[in-house]
Amino acid sequence: MRRVVITGMGIWSCIGTSIEEVKESLYNGKSGIGIEEERLRYGYQSGLTGIVPKPQLKGLIDRHLRRGMSEEAEYAYMAGRQAFEMAGVDEEYLLNNEVGCIFGNDSSAKPVIETAKLMEEKHDTELLGQSYIFQSMNSTINMNLSTIFHLKGVNFSVSAACASGSHSIGLGYMLIKQGLQDMVLCGGGQETNFYCMASFDALGAFSKNMAEPAKASRPFDRDRDGLVPSGGGAALVLEDYDHAVARGAHIIAEVLGYGFSSNGTQGISQPSDDGCVRAMRRAMDDAGVEPSEIDYINAHATSTRQGDMVEATAIDKLFHGTKALISSTKSMTGHECWMAGASEVVYSLIMMQHNFVAPNINLENCDEVSGKLNLARQTVDTEVNLVLSNSFGFGGTNSALVIRKFE
Amino acid sequence: MNRNEIEEKVRNFLIEDLEIDEEKITPDALLKEDLGIDSLDFVDIVVIVERNFGFKIKPEEMKGVDTYSKFCDYIETKVN
Repeated sequence: MRRVVITGMGIWSCIGTSIEEVKESLYNGKSGIGIEEERLRYGYQSGLTGIVPKPQLKGLIDRHLRRGMSEEAEYAYMAGRQAFEMAGVDEEYLLNNEVGCIFGNDSSAKPVIETAKLMEEKHDTELLGQSYIFQSMNSTINMNLSTIFHLKGVNFSVSAACASGSHSIGLGYMLIKQGLQDMVLCGGGQETNFYCMASFDALGAFSKNMAEPAKASRPFDRDRDGLVPSGGGAALVLEDYDHAVARGAHIIAEVLGYGFSSNGTQGISQPSDDGCVRAMRRAMDDAGVEPSEIDYINAHATSTRQGDMVEATAIDKLFHGTKALISSTKSMTGHECWMAGASEVVYSLIMMQHNFVAPNINLENCDEVSGKLNLARQTVDTEVNLVLSNSFGFGGTNSALVIRKFE
Repeated sequence: MNRNEIEEKVRNFLIEDLEIDEEKITPDALLKEDLGIDSLDFVDIVVIVERNFGFKIKPEEMKGVDTYSKFCDYIETKVN
Protein backbone atom coordinates (compact mmCIF):
# COMPACT_ATOMS: atom_id res chain seq x y z
CA MET A 1 0.00 0.00 0.00
CA ARG A 2 1.18 3.49 -0.82
CA ARG A 3 1.68 6.27 1.72
CA VAL A 4 -0.56 9.33 1.49
CA VAL A 5 0.72 12.79 2.33
CA ILE A 6 -0.66 16.32 2.44
CA THR A 7 1.25 18.87 0.38
CA GLY A 8 -1.12 21.83 0.36
CA MET A 9 -3.95 23.35 2.34
CA GLY A 10 -6.30 26.31 2.08
CA ILE A 11 -9.01 27.87 4.18
CA TRP A 12 -11.78 30.47 3.88
CA SER A 13 -13.55 30.81 7.20
CA CYS A 14 -15.01 33.11 9.82
CA ILE A 15 -11.68 33.13 11.69
CA GLY A 16 -9.62 34.03 8.64
CA THR A 17 -9.24 33.73 4.90
CA SER A 18 -5.57 32.74 4.79
CA ILE A 19 -3.48 30.18 6.67
CA GLU A 20 -1.57 32.97 8.42
CA GLU A 21 -4.70 34.81 9.57
CA VAL A 22 -6.31 31.58 10.79
CA LYS A 23 -3.13 30.66 12.67
CA GLU A 24 -3.32 33.97 14.56
CA SER A 25 -7.01 33.44 15.38
CA LEU A 26 -6.45 29.88 16.59
CA TYR A 27 -3.45 30.82 18.70
CA ASN A 28 -5.23 33.80 20.25
CA GLY A 29 -8.56 32.06 20.76
CA LYS A 30 -10.42 34.56 18.57
CA SER A 31 -14.09 33.91 17.85
CA GLY A 32 -15.56 34.45 14.37
CA ILE A 33 -19.17 34.48 15.56
CA GLY A 34 -21.57 37.38 15.08
CA ILE A 35 -25.23 38.15 14.50
CA GLU A 36 -26.98 38.29 11.13
CA GLU A 37 -30.06 40.42 11.65
CA GLU A 38 -31.57 39.08 8.43
CA ARG A 39 -32.01 35.68 10.11
CA LEU A 40 -34.14 37.21 12.85
CA ARG A 41 -36.29 39.10 10.33
CA TYR A 42 -36.65 35.88 8.35
CA GLY A 43 -37.97 34.09 11.42
CA TYR A 44 -35.02 32.25 12.96
CA GLN A 45 -34.95 31.65 16.69
CA SER A 46 -31.28 32.68 16.69
CA GLY A 47 -29.40 35.22 14.59
CA LEU A 48 -26.00 33.85 15.60
CA THR A 49 -23.70 32.67 12.82
CA GLY A 50 -20.08 32.59 11.76
CA ILE A 51 -19.41 35.78 9.79
CA VAL A 52 -17.65 34.66 6.62
CA PRO A 53 -16.38 37.30 4.15
CA LYS A 54 -17.63 36.96 0.58
CA PRO A 55 -14.83 36.30 -1.92
CA GLN A 56 -14.39 38.76 -4.80
CA LEU A 57 -14.14 36.47 -7.81
CA LYS A 58 -14.67 39.03 -10.56
CA GLY A 59 -11.30 39.34 -12.24
CA LEU A 60 -10.12 36.00 -10.81
CA ILE A 61 -12.42 33.73 -12.82
CA ASP A 62 -13.98 34.27 -16.23
CA ARG A 63 -17.72 34.96 -16.13
CA HIS A 64 -18.52 31.81 -18.08
CA LEU A 65 -16.85 29.70 -15.39
CA ARG A 66 -18.17 31.80 -12.51
CA ARG A 67 -21.88 31.88 -13.32
CA GLY A 68 -22.64 28.37 -12.04
CA MET A 69 -20.89 28.84 -8.71
CA SER A 70 -22.91 28.59 -5.52
CA GLU A 71 -21.81 30.41 -2.39
CA GLU A 72 -20.10 27.31 -1.02
CA ALA A 73 -18.38 26.65 -4.35
CA GLU A 74 -16.91 30.16 -4.16
CA TYR A 75 -15.57 29.51 -0.66
CA ALA A 76 -14.20 26.12 -1.72
CA TYR A 77 -12.58 27.64 -4.80
CA MET A 78 -10.70 30.19 -2.67
CA ALA A 79 -9.49 27.41 -0.38
CA GLY A 80 -8.60 25.18 -3.35
CA ARG A 81 -6.53 27.96 -4.93
CA GLN A 82 -4.53 28.37 -1.73
CA ALA A 83 -4.04 24.61 -1.41
CA PHE A 84 -2.79 24.17 -4.98
CA GLU A 85 -0.50 27.18 -4.61
CA MET A 86 1.02 25.80 -1.41
CA ALA A 87 1.47 22.40 -3.07
CA GLY A 88 3.27 24.02 -6.01
CA VAL A 89 0.58 22.85 -8.41
CA ASP A 90 0.00 25.36 -11.19
CA GLU A 91 -2.28 25.56 -14.21
CA GLU A 92 0.22 23.81 -16.44
CA TYR A 93 0.54 20.90 -14.02
CA LEU A 94 -3.24 20.52 -13.86
CA LEU A 95 -3.52 20.53 -17.64
CA ASN A 96 -0.92 17.79 -18.02
CA ASN A 97 -1.66 15.47 -15.09
CA GLU A 98 -4.59 13.56 -13.66
CA VAL A 99 -5.76 15.25 -10.47
CA GLY A 100 -8.97 14.25 -8.70
CA CYS A 101 -11.47 16.19 -6.62
CA ILE A 102 -13.70 15.03 -3.75
CA PHE A 103 -15.59 17.59 -1.67
CA GLY A 104 -18.03 17.26 1.16
CA ASN A 105 -21.27 19.21 0.81
CA ASP A 106 -24.81 18.47 1.87
CA SER A 107 -26.97 21.39 0.79
CA SER A 108 -27.27 24.34 -1.52
CA ALA A 109 -30.40 25.96 -0.18
CA LYS A 110 -30.23 29.49 -1.60
CA PRO A 111 -30.43 28.63 -5.33
CA VAL A 112 -33.03 25.93 -4.60
CA ILE A 113 -35.24 28.40 -2.73
CA GLU A 114 -34.74 31.18 -5.28
CA THR A 115 -35.69 28.77 -8.08
CA ALA A 116 -38.85 27.78 -6.22
CA LYS A 117 -39.78 31.43 -5.59
CA LEU A 118 -39.33 32.31 -9.26
CA MET A 119 -41.39 29.31 -10.36
CA GLU A 120 -44.19 30.29 -7.97
CA GLU A 121 -44.15 33.78 -9.47
CA LYS A 122 -43.56 33.12 -13.18
CA HIS A 123 -44.68 29.52 -13.74
CA ASP A 124 -42.19 29.39 -16.59
CA THR A 125 -38.83 27.62 -16.53
CA GLU A 126 -37.62 29.77 -19.43
CA LEU A 127 -37.47 32.66 -16.98
CA LEU A 128 -35.13 30.94 -14.52
CA GLY A 129 -31.85 31.50 -16.34
CA GLN A 130 -29.03 29.01 -16.64
CA SER A 131 -27.15 29.34 -13.34
CA TYR A 132 -29.46 27.73 -10.83
CA ILE A 133 -29.04 24.14 -11.93
CA PHE A 134 -25.26 24.26 -11.46
CA GLN A 135 -25.60 26.09 -8.14
CA SER A 136 -28.37 24.05 -6.60
CA MET A 137 -27.08 20.48 -6.67
CA ASN A 138 -25.14 19.02 -3.75
CA SER A 139 -22.25 18.35 -6.13
CA THR A 140 -22.03 22.07 -6.98
CA ILE A 141 -18.54 22.39 -5.48
CA ASN A 142 -17.20 19.42 -7.39
CA MET A 143 -18.71 20.35 -10.73
CA ASN A 144 -17.46 23.93 -10.49
CA LEU A 145 -13.96 23.28 -9.16
CA SER A 146 -13.30 20.41 -11.57
CA THR A 147 -14.27 22.65 -14.47
CA ILE A 148 -12.36 25.73 -13.30
CA PHE A 149 -9.18 23.82 -12.42
CA HIS A 150 -9.42 21.50 -15.50
CA LEU A 151 -9.29 18.38 -13.32
CA LYS A 152 -9.18 14.98 -14.99
CA GLY A 153 -9.28 12.51 -12.10
CA VAL A 154 -11.93 11.23 -9.71
CA ASN A 155 -14.81 13.70 -9.43
CA PHE A 156 -17.71 13.32 -7.00
CA SER A 157 -19.10 14.78 -3.79
CA VAL A 158 -19.72 13.29 -0.40
CA SER A 159 -22.96 14.03 1.44
CA ALA A 160 -22.71 12.82 4.99
CA ALA A 161 -24.15 15.67 7.04
CA CYS A 162 -21.60 17.19 9.44
CA ALA A 163 -19.06 14.46 8.66
CA SER A 164 -19.02 15.20 4.89
CA GLY A 165 -15.68 17.05 4.86
CA SER A 166 -13.94 14.36 6.90
CA HIS A 167 -15.20 11.49 4.74
CA SER A 168 -14.01 13.37 1.64
CA ILE A 169 -10.45 13.25 3.00
CA GLY A 170 -10.89 9.60 3.98
CA LEU A 171 -12.02 8.66 0.48
CA GLY A 172 -9.22 10.63 -1.21
CA TYR A 173 -6.77 8.89 1.12
CA MET A 174 -8.12 5.43 0.20
CA LEU A 175 -7.99 6.10 -3.56
CA ILE A 176 -4.37 7.23 -3.36
CA LYS A 177 -3.39 4.45 -0.96
CA GLN A 178 -4.77 1.86 -3.38
CA GLY A 179 -2.89 3.37 -6.30
CA LEU A 180 -5.97 4.60 -8.17
CA GLN A 181 -5.01 8.28 -7.96
CA ASP A 182 -1.74 10.16 -7.41
CA MET A 183 -3.26 13.46 -6.30
CA VAL A 184 -6.72 14.44 -5.07
CA LEU A 185 -8.00 17.84 -3.96
CA CYS A 186 -10.20 17.07 -0.95
CA GLY A 187 -12.22 19.37 1.24
CA GLY A 188 -15.57 20.73 2.22
CA GLY A 189 -17.80 23.73 1.72
CA GLN A 190 -20.67 25.20 3.68
CA GLU A 191 -23.06 27.97 2.68
CA THR A 192 -23.84 30.71 5.23
CA ASN A 193 -26.75 32.58 3.64
CA PHE A 194 -29.84 33.17 5.76
CA TYR A 195 -31.90 30.59 3.91
CA CYS A 196 -29.63 27.66 4.54
CA MET A 197 -30.09 26.94 8.24
CA ALA A 198 -33.80 27.62 8.78
CA SER A 199 -34.75 23.96 9.02
CA PHE A 200 -31.83 23.27 11.37
CA ASP A 201 -32.83 26.29 13.50
CA ALA A 202 -36.26 24.68 13.69
CA LEU A 203 -34.82 21.96 15.93
CA GLY A 204 -34.05 24.55 18.61
CA ALA A 205 -30.46 23.32 18.54
CA PHE A 206 -28.85 26.73 18.06
CA SER A 207 -27.48 28.91 20.85
CA LYS A 208 -29.61 31.96 21.59
CA ASN A 209 -26.89 33.79 23.51
CA MET A 210 -27.12 36.80 21.22
CA ALA A 211 -25.99 39.18 23.98
CA GLU A 212 -22.47 37.72 23.77
CA PRO A 213 -21.87 36.19 20.32
CA ALA A 214 -18.20 35.35 21.00
CA LYS A 215 -19.27 33.35 24.06
CA ALA A 216 -22.18 31.54 22.43
CA SER A 217 -20.29 28.48 21.17
CA ARG A 218 -19.02 26.69 24.29
CA PRO A 219 -18.38 23.02 23.60
CA PHE A 220 -17.99 20.84 26.70
CA ASP A 221 -19.11 23.70 28.98
CA ARG A 222 -21.83 22.92 31.48
CA ASP A 223 -23.75 26.09 30.62
CA ARG A 224 -23.81 25.77 26.81
CA ASP A 225 -27.18 26.38 25.17
CA GLY A 226 -26.63 25.05 21.66
CA LEU A 227 -24.41 25.25 18.60
CA VAL A 228 -23.71 28.22 16.35
CA PRO A 229 -23.97 27.54 12.60
CA SER A 230 -21.07 28.69 10.46
CA GLY A 231 -19.42 27.91 7.13
CA GLY A 232 -16.82 28.61 4.49
CA GLY A 233 -14.46 26.41 2.52
CA ALA A 234 -11.48 24.19 3.27
CA ALA A 235 -9.21 22.25 0.90
CA LEU A 236 -6.26 19.88 1.09
CA VAL A 237 -3.99 18.47 -1.57
CA LEU A 238 -3.59 14.75 -0.84
CA GLU A 239 -0.83 13.01 -2.72
CA ASP A 240 1.04 9.76 -3.04
CA TYR A 241 4.28 10.03 -1.03
CA ASP A 242 6.60 8.92 -3.86
CA HIS A 243 4.79 11.24 -6.26
CA ALA A 244 5.28 14.18 -3.91
CA VAL A 245 8.97 13.38 -3.43
CA ALA A 246 9.52 12.95 -7.17
CA ARG A 247 8.18 16.40 -7.96
CA GLY A 248 10.03 17.97 -5.03
CA ALA A 249 6.93 19.04 -3.14
CA HIS A 250 7.07 20.18 0.49
CA ILE A 251 5.28 17.58 2.60
CA ILE A 252 3.24 18.94 5.52
CA ALA A 253 1.86 15.76 7.04
CA GLU A 254 0.91 12.16 6.39
CA VAL A 255 -2.63 10.77 6.53
CA LEU A 256 -2.13 7.59 8.52
CA GLY A 257 -5.62 6.33 9.08
CA TYR A 258 -9.31 6.73 8.29
CA GLY A 259 -12.10 5.25 10.35
CA PHE A 260 -15.82 5.29 9.76
CA SER A 261 -18.91 3.82 11.31
CA SER A 262 -22.64 4.15 11.52
CA ASN A 263 -24.37 4.23 14.88
CA GLY A 264 -27.04 1.70 14.06
CA THR A 265 -29.22 3.10 16.81
CA GLN A 266 -32.68 4.61 16.68
CA GLY A 267 -33.09 8.38 16.48
CA ILE A 268 -31.90 10.26 13.42
CA SER A 269 -30.25 13.03 15.44
CA GLN A 270 -29.13 10.82 18.30
CA PRO A 271 -25.37 10.42 18.73
CA SER A 272 -23.83 7.19 20.03
CA ASP A 273 -20.65 6.78 22.04
CA ASP A 274 -20.31 3.25 20.68
CA GLY A 275 -20.44 4.58 17.09
CA CYS A 276 -17.82 7.26 17.90
CA VAL A 277 -15.55 4.68 19.57
CA ARG A 278 -15.77 2.35 16.58
CA ALA A 279 -14.79 5.12 14.14
CA MET A 280 -11.88 6.31 16.28
CA ARG A 281 -10.69 2.75 16.91
CA ARG A 282 -10.83 1.90 13.21
CA ALA A 283 -8.85 5.04 12.30
CA MET A 284 -6.15 4.23 14.87
CA ASP A 285 -6.01 0.57 13.81
CA ASP A 286 -5.64 1.65 10.19
CA ALA A 287 -2.87 4.04 11.25
CA GLY A 288 -1.19 1.42 13.42
CA VAL A 289 -1.11 3.71 16.44
CA GLU A 290 -2.26 3.36 20.06
CA PRO A 291 -4.37 5.96 21.91
CA SER A 292 -1.35 6.63 24.14
CA GLU A 293 0.56 8.01 21.12
CA ILE A 294 -2.02 10.67 20.13
CA ASP A 295 -0.92 14.21 21.04
CA TYR A 296 -4.07 16.09 20.17
CA ILE A 297 -7.72 15.30 19.53
CA ASN A 298 -9.71 17.83 17.53
CA ALA A 299 -13.12 16.97 18.92
CA HIS A 300 -16.30 17.17 16.91
CA ALA A 301 -18.06 18.75 19.95
CA THR A 302 -20.52 21.29 18.59
CA SER A 303 -21.76 22.85 21.85
CA THR A 304 -24.92 20.80 22.23
CA ARG A 305 -25.39 19.02 25.54
CA GLN A 306 -26.21 15.58 24.13
CA GLY A 307 -23.59 15.56 21.37
CA ASP A 308 -20.76 16.84 23.55
CA MET A 309 -21.49 14.41 26.38
CA VAL A 310 -21.67 11.40 24.08
CA GLU A 311 -18.37 12.31 22.43
CA ALA A 312 -16.76 13.00 25.81
CA THR A 313 -17.87 9.55 26.97
CA ALA A 314 -16.39 7.96 23.84
CA ILE A 315 -13.10 9.84 24.15
CA ASP A 316 -12.86 8.96 27.85
CA LYS A 317 -13.33 5.27 27.02
CA LEU A 318 -10.33 5.27 24.68
CA PHE A 319 -8.10 8.00 26.03
CA HIS A 320 -8.57 8.01 29.80
CA GLY A 321 -5.21 8.71 31.43
CA THR A 322 -3.35 9.38 28.14
CA LYS A 323 -1.40 12.52 27.26
CA ALA A 324 -3.74 13.63 24.44
CA LEU A 325 -4.86 17.24 24.72
CA ILE A 326 -8.40 17.85 23.51
CA SER A 327 -10.18 20.91 22.18
CA SER A 328 -13.08 21.77 19.94
CA THR A 329 -12.14 24.55 17.53
CA LYS A 330 -15.89 25.01 17.03
CA SER A 331 -15.69 27.15 20.19
CA MET A 332 -14.13 29.78 17.89
CA THR A 333 -15.50 28.94 14.45
CA GLY A 334 -18.98 27.73 15.31
CA HIS A 335 -20.16 24.59 13.58
CA GLU A 336 -18.94 24.66 10.00
CA CYS A 337 -21.23 21.71 9.27
CA TRP A 338 -20.56 20.07 5.86
CA MET A 339 -17.11 21.65 5.75
CA ALA A 340 -16.14 21.07 9.39
CA GLY A 341 -14.39 17.73 8.93
CA ALA A 342 -12.05 19.28 6.36
CA SER A 343 -11.50 22.68 8.01
CA GLU A 344 -10.68 21.03 11.32
CA VAL A 345 -7.92 19.03 9.64
CA VAL A 346 -6.56 22.33 8.31
CA TYR A 347 -6.74 23.83 11.83
CA SER A 348 -4.95 20.77 13.25
CA LEU A 349 -2.23 20.98 10.59
CA ILE A 350 -1.68 24.65 11.44
CA MET A 351 -1.23 23.66 15.11
CA MET A 352 1.23 20.94 14.04
CA GLN A 353 3.26 23.37 11.99
CA HIS A 354 3.41 25.99 14.73
CA ASN A 355 3.69 23.79 17.81
CA PHE A 356 0.57 24.68 19.74
CA VAL A 357 -2.82 23.34 20.69
CA ALA A 358 -5.62 25.84 20.09
CA PRO A 359 -7.88 26.50 23.05
CA ASN A 360 -11.40 25.30 23.64
CA ILE A 361 -12.56 28.83 24.43
CA ASN A 362 -15.57 29.53 26.65
CA LEU A 363 -14.96 26.40 28.71
CA GLU A 364 -15.60 27.75 32.19
CA ASN A 365 -17.26 24.82 33.94
CA CYS A 366 -17.05 21.23 32.78
CA ASP A 367 -20.02 18.91 33.04
CA GLU A 368 -19.86 15.52 34.74
CA VAL A 369 -18.35 13.84 31.67
CA SER A 370 -16.16 16.53 30.10
CA GLY A 371 -14.52 16.97 33.53
CA LYS A 372 -12.79 13.63 32.90
CA LEU A 373 -11.10 14.89 29.73
CA ASN A 374 -7.71 16.54 29.28
CA LEU A 375 -9.23 19.66 27.71
CA ALA A 376 -7.09 22.61 26.61
CA ARG A 377 -8.87 25.65 28.05
CA GLN A 378 -6.04 27.96 27.03
CA THR A 379 -3.55 27.81 24.18
CA VAL A 380 -0.86 25.25 24.96
CA ASP A 381 2.59 25.65 23.42
CA THR A 382 3.61 22.09 22.71
CA GLU A 383 4.76 19.83 19.92
CA VAL A 384 1.87 18.26 18.05
CA ASN A 385 3.00 15.24 16.08
CA LEU A 386 0.01 12.94 15.99
CA VAL A 387 -3.58 14.14 15.65
CA LEU A 388 -6.98 12.49 15.73
CA SER A 389 -9.80 14.51 14.16
CA ASN A 390 -13.41 13.51 14.83
CA SER A 391 -16.53 14.30 12.80
CA PHE A 392 -20.02 13.00 13.37
CA GLY A 393 -23.30 13.65 11.58
CA PHE A 394 -27.06 13.17 11.51
CA GLY A 395 -28.16 9.66 10.74
CA GLY A 396 -25.29 8.29 12.80
CA THR A 397 -22.47 8.78 10.28
CA ASN A 398 -19.07 8.96 11.98
CA SER A 399 -15.61 9.69 10.60
CA ALA A 400 -12.19 9.89 12.23
CA LEU A 401 -8.81 10.69 10.71
CA VAL A 402 -5.32 10.13 12.11
CA ILE A 403 -2.66 12.49 10.77
CA ARG A 404 1.04 12.63 11.58
CA LYS A 405 3.41 15.53 11.22
CA PHE A 406 5.97 14.95 8.49
CA GLU A 407 9.56 15.42 9.60
CA MET B 1 -39.53 53.25 -26.12
CA ASN B 2 -37.19 54.97 -28.58
CA ARG B 3 -34.07 53.47 -30.16
CA ASN B 4 -31.68 55.33 -27.86
CA GLU B 5 -33.43 54.06 -24.74
CA ILE B 6 -33.37 50.50 -26.08
CA GLU B 7 -29.68 50.67 -26.97
CA GLU B 8 -28.81 52.13 -23.59
CA LYS B 9 -30.57 49.27 -21.79
CA VAL B 10 -29.02 46.61 -24.02
CA ARG B 11 -25.53 48.08 -23.64
CA ASN B 12 -26.02 48.27 -19.89
CA PHE B 13 -26.93 44.64 -19.46
CA LEU B 14 -24.22 43.47 -21.85
CA ILE B 15 -21.67 45.38 -19.76
CA GLU B 16 -23.11 44.79 -16.28
CA ASP B 17 -24.65 41.30 -16.46
CA LEU B 18 -22.55 39.68 -19.16
CA GLU B 19 -19.35 41.63 -18.37
CA ILE B 20 -18.64 42.36 -22.02
CA ASP B 21 -16.00 45.03 -22.73
CA GLU B 22 -17.71 48.26 -23.71
CA GLU B 23 -15.38 48.87 -26.68
CA LYS B 24 -16.38 45.56 -28.23
CA ILE B 25 -20.01 46.62 -28.47
CA THR B 26 -20.31 48.09 -31.98
CA PRO B 27 -23.30 47.94 -34.35
CA ASP B 28 -21.76 45.16 -36.46
CA ALA B 29 -20.34 43.15 -33.55
CA LEU B 30 -21.28 39.48 -33.91
CA LEU B 31 -23.05 38.26 -30.77
CA LYS B 32 -21.26 34.90 -30.63
CA GLU B 33 -17.90 35.50 -32.25
CA ASP B 34 -17.18 39.10 -31.17
CA LEU B 35 -19.08 39.44 -27.90
CA GLY B 36 -18.51 35.84 -26.74
CA ILE B 37 -22.18 35.18 -26.03
CA ASP B 38 -22.72 31.41 -25.85
CA SER B 39 -25.84 29.25 -25.77
CA LEU B 40 -26.05 29.33 -21.95
CA ASP B 41 -25.83 33.15 -22.05
CA PHE B 42 -28.91 33.17 -24.28
CA VAL B 43 -30.80 31.35 -21.52
CA ASP B 44 -29.96 34.30 -19.24
CA ILE B 45 -30.67 36.88 -21.95
CA VAL B 46 -34.27 35.63 -22.15
CA VAL B 47 -34.62 36.46 -18.43
CA ILE B 48 -32.87 39.83 -18.71
CA VAL B 49 -34.93 40.93 -21.71
CA GLU B 50 -38.15 39.95 -19.96
CA ARG B 51 -37.10 42.01 -16.94
CA ASN B 52 -36.02 45.06 -18.99
CA PHE B 53 -38.50 45.08 -21.84
CA GLY B 54 -41.46 43.08 -20.58
CA PHE B 55 -41.63 40.42 -23.30
CA LYS B 56 -40.24 36.93 -23.75
CA ILE B 57 -37.86 36.16 -26.58
CA LYS B 58 -39.04 33.38 -28.86
CA PRO B 59 -36.08 31.40 -30.24
CA GLU B 60 -37.70 31.09 -33.68
CA GLU B 61 -37.86 34.89 -33.95
CA MET B 62 -34.13 35.15 -33.24
CA LYS B 63 -33.13 33.41 -36.48
CA GLY B 64 -30.79 35.68 -38.41
CA VAL B 65 -30.29 37.96 -35.38
CA ASP B 66 -26.52 37.67 -35.20
CA THR B 67 -25.23 41.19 -34.54
CA TYR B 68 -25.69 43.77 -31.79
CA SER B 69 -27.52 46.05 -34.18
CA LYS B 70 -29.93 43.33 -35.37
CA PHE B 71 -30.57 42.35 -31.76
CA CYS B 72 -31.59 45.95 -30.96
CA ASP B 73 -33.76 45.98 -34.12
CA TYR B 74 -35.52 42.85 -32.89
CA ILE B 75 -36.23 44.36 -29.48
CA GLU B 76 -37.42 47.60 -31.09
CA THR B 77 -39.90 45.66 -33.21
CA LYS B 78 -41.19 43.76 -30.21
CA VAL B 79 -41.60 46.69 -27.79
CA ASN B 80 -43.22 49.04 -30.26
